[in-house]
Amino acid sequence: MEPILELKDVYSSYGSIKALKGISLKVFPGEIVAIIGANGAGKSTTLMATCGIVPIDKGDILYQGKSISGLMAEKLPIMGLCQVPEGRRIFPRLTVHENLELGAFYRKDRAGIEKDMERVYDLFPVLRDRTKQQGGTLSGGEQQMLAIARALMTRPKVLLMDEPSLGLAPLIVQRIFDIIHDVNESEGMTILLVEQNANLALQAAQRGYVLETGTVTMEDDADKLLHNEEIRKAYLGE
Amino acid sequence: MDYFIQQFINGITLGGLYALIALGYTMVYGVIQLINFAHGEFFAAGGYVGVIVLSYLTGLGLLETHPVLCLTASFALTMAYCAFLAVGVEKVAYKPLRKQSRLAALLSALGMSIFLSNGLMLTQGVYDKAYPSELFQGMIQVGGITISYLQIMILCMTGVLLVCLNTLVFKTKIGMAMRATAQDKIMSSLVSISSNRIISLTFAIGAGLAAAAGIMVGLYYGSVRYDMGFLPGIKAFAAAVLGGIGNITGAMLGGLIIGMVEVFGAGYISGEYKDVFAFIILIAVLYFKPTGIMGENIDDTRV
Amino acid sequence: MIQEFKKIWKPYLIGLLWLLGLLWPLLGIHPDGTLSFARTFTVWLYIATGISICAVIYLLNKSDALGPVTAPIGNARKALGAFGKTVPTWVWLLALLVVALIYPQVTNRYAQDVAVNVLIYICLGLGLNIVVGLAGMLDLGYIAFYGVGAYSYALLNTHFGISFWATLPIAALLACIAGCIIGYPTLRMRGDYLAIVTLGFGEIVRIILNNWMSVTNGPNGILGVKAPSIFWPSFAEGFSFELLYLKKLHYLYYIALGLAIITIISVRNLNYSRIGRAWESIREDETAAELMGVNTFLLKLLAYAMGALFAGLAGAFFCARMRFVSPESFTFLESAMVLSMVVLGGMGSIPGIMLGAAALIVLPEVFREFETYRMLAFGLAMIVMMLFRPAGLIPAKRVGTRSEEKEG
Repeated sequence: MEPILELKDVYSSYGSIKALKGISLKVFPGEIVAIIGANGAGKSTTLMATCGIVPIDKGDILYQGKSISGLMAEKLPIMGLCQVPEGRRIFPRLTVHENLELGAFYRKDRAGIEKDMERVYDLFPVLRDRTKQQGGTLSGGEQQMLAIARALMTRPKVLLMDEPSLGLAPLIVQRIFDIIHDVNESEGMTILLVEQNANLALQAAQRGYVLETGTVTMEDDADKLLHNEEIRKAYLGE
Repeated sequence: MDYFIQQFINGITLGGLYALIALGYTMVYGVIQLINFAHGEFFAAGGYVGVIVLSYLTGLGLLETHPVLCLTASFALTMAYCAFLAVGVEKVAYKPLRKQSRLAALLSALGMSIFLSNGLMLTQGVYDKAYPSELFQGMIQVGGITISYLQIMILCMTGVLLVCLNTLVFKTKIGMAMRATAQDKIMSSLVSISSNRIISLTFAIGAGLAAAAGIMVGLYYGSVRYDMGFLPGIKAFAAAVLGGIGNITGAMLGGLIIGMVEVFGAGYISGEYKDVFAFIILIAVLYFKPTGIMGENIDDTRV
Repeated sequence: MIQEFKKIWKPYLIGLLWLLGLLWPLLGIHPDGTLSFARTFTVWLYIATGISICAVIYLLNKSDALGPVTAPIGNARKALGAFGKTVPTWVWLLALLVVALIYPQVTNRYAQDVAVNVLIYICLGLGLNIVVGLAGMLDLGYIAFYGVGAYSYALLNTHFGISFWATLPIAALLACIAGCIIGYPTLRMRGDYLAIVTLGFGEIVRIILNNWMSVTNGPNGILGVKAPSIFWPSFAEGFSFELLYLKKLHYLYYIALGLAIITIISVRNLNYSRIGRAWESIREDETAAELMGVNTFLLKLLAYAMGALFAGLAGAFFCARMRFVSPESFTFLESAMVLSMVVLGGMGSIPGIMLGAAALIVLPEVFREFETYRMLAFGLAMIVMMLFRPAGLIPAKRVGTRSEEKEG
């Protein structure tokens, strides 16, 4: 099978600091892939480089078989590649409804947008009660839900998620992962998940990559990684 | 009392004009955190293009036969011209510096301001250029208060423009995209908003409003000068800051306050120091409310 | 070269057409109801040719086609740099000092005049650097302090006959006080709020100078200020001291040089002192600085006061040199000029600011023959400089990166 998203030996840097030193990874249609690693391993940079926010120095990024490495960031959501960024990045002074509408910014099909709006409100009922509230006034968990809902409004084929569990109560984390699982199951949406919480991520994912200081040190099925001695020691705290 | 009401009306007229200019500052600041020093020059260019178009139409003899049409045409053409000018300026002088320190862009803006005002001087001459005076002669007299037709036109035009802008920014999808870009450029590009386009649009709208103000100031005072952009420019900037920079409603409010203060200061205290009052009010307000009247707590942006 | 060209030809052409569109209404529409195109096209053609030549050179340079020309220059520069490193810094400084000292002996009046200007602006630039470069507060009304210094000397001298030397500390003190007065209400503001408030203060000072007829004589200015004087030993009738007015330009040059050297040394010492580090911490993160026990209130006020002090000194000298002072010398454009020197030279870098001051004073002199195009070229040069060297001519060397660079 053709990978839907592929990074080929990607290098990237912030000024003189090398953040990515030859990352290669493949994501196949319909699967959940987890990227785990410590702080500063380059997980978020990998996602940001994929989305065209951070320019890459070397290598190539293929999406549906075509190179997307030189494209402007704003072209990618239209092609079906969308990100829920780290720290959620809700537009704080727009209402919940407006945040969701912006997710569908490029779309012209009024009816489809309405339908999707209903769907995400069904997925996250708590947002329905808060449609007129400003994004900045939501709690952390609600903001995370809004961020995911907003990303779903772009109708992504591939959804990149950066630390969806960060700073949230365990119950909410569980809910969010249930929903991740849900959209993957019901719609076959491909998901690339970056997490520090390795246990959670590997349980949700089918395959996993381990990043260390800008390089991939290990890649395997999620189950195998979950039972790998080294991984258990380094990332699962055993 | 009559005198008071008279001054009040004059204050609103002037304040509305400041508000129009202030909006350009505040919108540009909102999206790229740049004090666009060349904004006053967009206003001056508006005054000039307005007089050029109007005199041309006068020369053709059209102004006497179709005054409303001519006025509309000159407003439309001038606003379009300044919008194009502003977009060009942004692409040449500010866009390449977006990743650099904010002072670099600020200096580029200062340079652009000097360049544009001297460009106007070279092409249009150093002397005042008079507006055709046939337009809007006459006035209404109510008790001891006089309102000229010109003032009424300016008030209406300003009102219409402000309402249009409000609708655009707060009611349309593109306005929503503008507000989103102002809040988080990276995130807005992740939902497929092109920040470059939004920035160009912001410059175009801001300059268009300033251009309209330029024509109206030209009509109000009867003439334009190449360096007319400077003082109204910094006072409008003061108005934008007074209202809370980046906040559109704040800029409108700030413009009105600055206009009122200036007119009342000149009327009741001293005409020579009228320019001082605006700044004193600004400093006094900021002393008690350092982020302006309607400004949110911005994170500490440094030089 | 071809590839580079392919990338830019479209925006380039659009840009030129854009320019034509902007130029034509200004040049081609006449009030008598006629339109013309010839003049617009000629002007546009000149500009387009100029830009095209620059663009071609830029492209050639970028694709290394100019290698044969630029390589030797680059090598020479490298060699010179290497040579420069072998000689200790004090030798360079000494050489610079010697050149500065013999300068008036070998140059004419005009060149001395320009040099005095440069020296004044070095003082101003370094003073502003304390506020902007070290403490990180954008000050757009800096020239007001220069005005305070100048008017202090003018008034004290014409009314009370106090000499230049006695006025110098008074002017500095008054400027300091003015700095504190302006600084105090702005201390709670941050970023660009500060910019407009300082700009406003600058304008207030200018407007007051312009309108307070009874004291400042308004826009006509104050005439008949005395030049600096010294007691010179005279042996004409036995031994006595004679009061000598230093009206000659090269005497004034030496005073300016002295002031500039004092400024340079003090700013350098401030920069490396505890206070300087505290200022830098305020610039980087005011909240963090305050939490670490830096008294931000006092230090910010001090930054204003110190910046104003040097402007006051420069102002008093400026007045003594012109023997005349009027509000016209203290417009916003002057503040902008000084700020440009600081940013253009490289914020926080003393040699950079010296070079920036020299460049911005000498550059318009070069264009003096094209009087009408002078300011146009000046504005253009500012933009171009920022586009190509946004960090300044000689960026300051510092340990670590600044927070804003990291944010990128």
